[in-house]
Amino acid sequence: MPWTRHQIAARAAQELQDGWYVNLGIGIPTLVASLLPDGIDITLQSENGMLGLGPYPTPDQVDPDLINAGKETITELPGTSYVSSAESFAMVRGGHMDATILGSLEVAENGDMANWIIPGKMVKGMGGAMDLVSGTRRVIVLMDHCARDGSPKFRSRCSLPLTGLNVVDMLITDLAAFKRTNRQGPFHLMQLAPDVSLDYLRSKSEAHFTW
Amino acid sequence: MANKRYDSAAAALEGLLFDGMTVAVGGFGLCGLPETLIIALRDSGVRNLTVISNNAGVDGWGLGLLLQTRQIARMVSSYVGENKEFERQHLSGEINLEFCPQGTLAERIRAGGAGIPAFYTRTGAGTLVGEGKEERYFGGERFILETALTADLALVKAWRADGKGNLLYRKTARNFNPVVATCSRMTIAEVEEFVPTGAIPADSVHTPSIYVRRMVPASINEKRVEKLVTRAKE
Repeated sequence: MPWTRHQIAARAAQELQDGWYVNLGIGIPTLVASLLPDGIDITLQSENGMLGLGPYPTPDQVDPDLINAGKETITELPGTSYVSSAESFAMVRGGHMDATILGSLEVAENGDMANWIIPGKMVKGMGGAMDLVSGTRRVIVLMDHCARDGSPKFRSRCSLPLTGLNVVDMLITDLAAFKRTNRQGPFHLMQLAPDVSLDYLRSKSEAHFTW
Repeated sequence: MANKRYDSAAAALEGLLFDGMTVAVGGFGLCGLPETLIIALRDSGVRNLTVISNNAGVDGWGLGLLLQTRQIARMVSSYVGENKEFERQHLSGEINLEFCPQGTLAERIRAGGAGIPAFYTRTGAGTLVGEGKEERYFGGERFILETALTADLALVKAWRADGKGNLLYRKTARNFNPVVATCSRMTIAEVEEFVPTGAIPADSVHTPSIYVRRMVPASINEKRVEKLVTRAKE
């Protein structure tokens, strides 16, 4: 049985270590914050200029001057700091962030990823995704293993315009979790979702990986 | 001391505007947006603008107002979703759009303000963003050369300002405003609250007064929320 969105996020949460500074993208990655194992305390960064992201506000806490990078209302925590966009991306580009977790349309076996141009749709822009994947030391991608039409999204080479070249360190899909020990090596299968066979996984993947 | 305060946005813009000019605008989404100055810019009728701004507003608010009136010919942005009119003008070729990764955009504006003509970054190397740009390897890694951005006019939104023009921003309404304030010789700050000079502790100033040429009160200060998300009260 494939993992649910919730289970994908929970699997990603296991990869985070106490004390890390982490940027979470929109969608499934956002769920990771509420699924951290006991004793793991991380600081969330929001690239619009906030370090130390709190939970969503209660209705009487809503503050229009306080939003996350997805433009959602949010709260601060004791120890939060606010910075300019330039400072925020200096943290990212300078390699100070421990991990970034984001979604993607495609991941290739060589670590390339593509997530900013959907064929046939208006291009809305890359936002901060290119900066995040090229500046962060650990990039974890969460996505469905296959597209809606059944075609594999874990590919030998990306077919869509790239967001980053050789930037993905870990891939967690609804079928399996893969990791690379370094950016020269191949993806290695770490874990299969319950009742998903290796043969089935391979039939749904275009990418080569080790197991 | 020179008086930087103007009674209205229209008065502050007087004599500064010309068709084809470049305007840098602070804000992220609808947060920290110089709402009053954007509306005054619209009302001035200035045309053929190049606008440097992370986003393009939404339909009917923020920079979306200048799109409705077709005063913008070109935009440099990282993300322009949530805006049907922008989409229409982009698809029909009426507007020229340069997509720039958000961190690169912030740094290009910062560099422009700091007198640095260009810088190398890993961001975008090997992607469409890097096409046609100079490449260089440092420590075995691939970098592209990105050029600085400056503007004829910069518009920012501040929470507080003193009489000298020292600015404070509030929470994530800071975003692009501090760098946008530096990228022009003519920066106008729209201010929510004026405080006496000296009331902002010198150690706490976000934007020092040297970058601020004119100031106007934020007479329009709606602070619209783009995505209201709440949780139940415990």
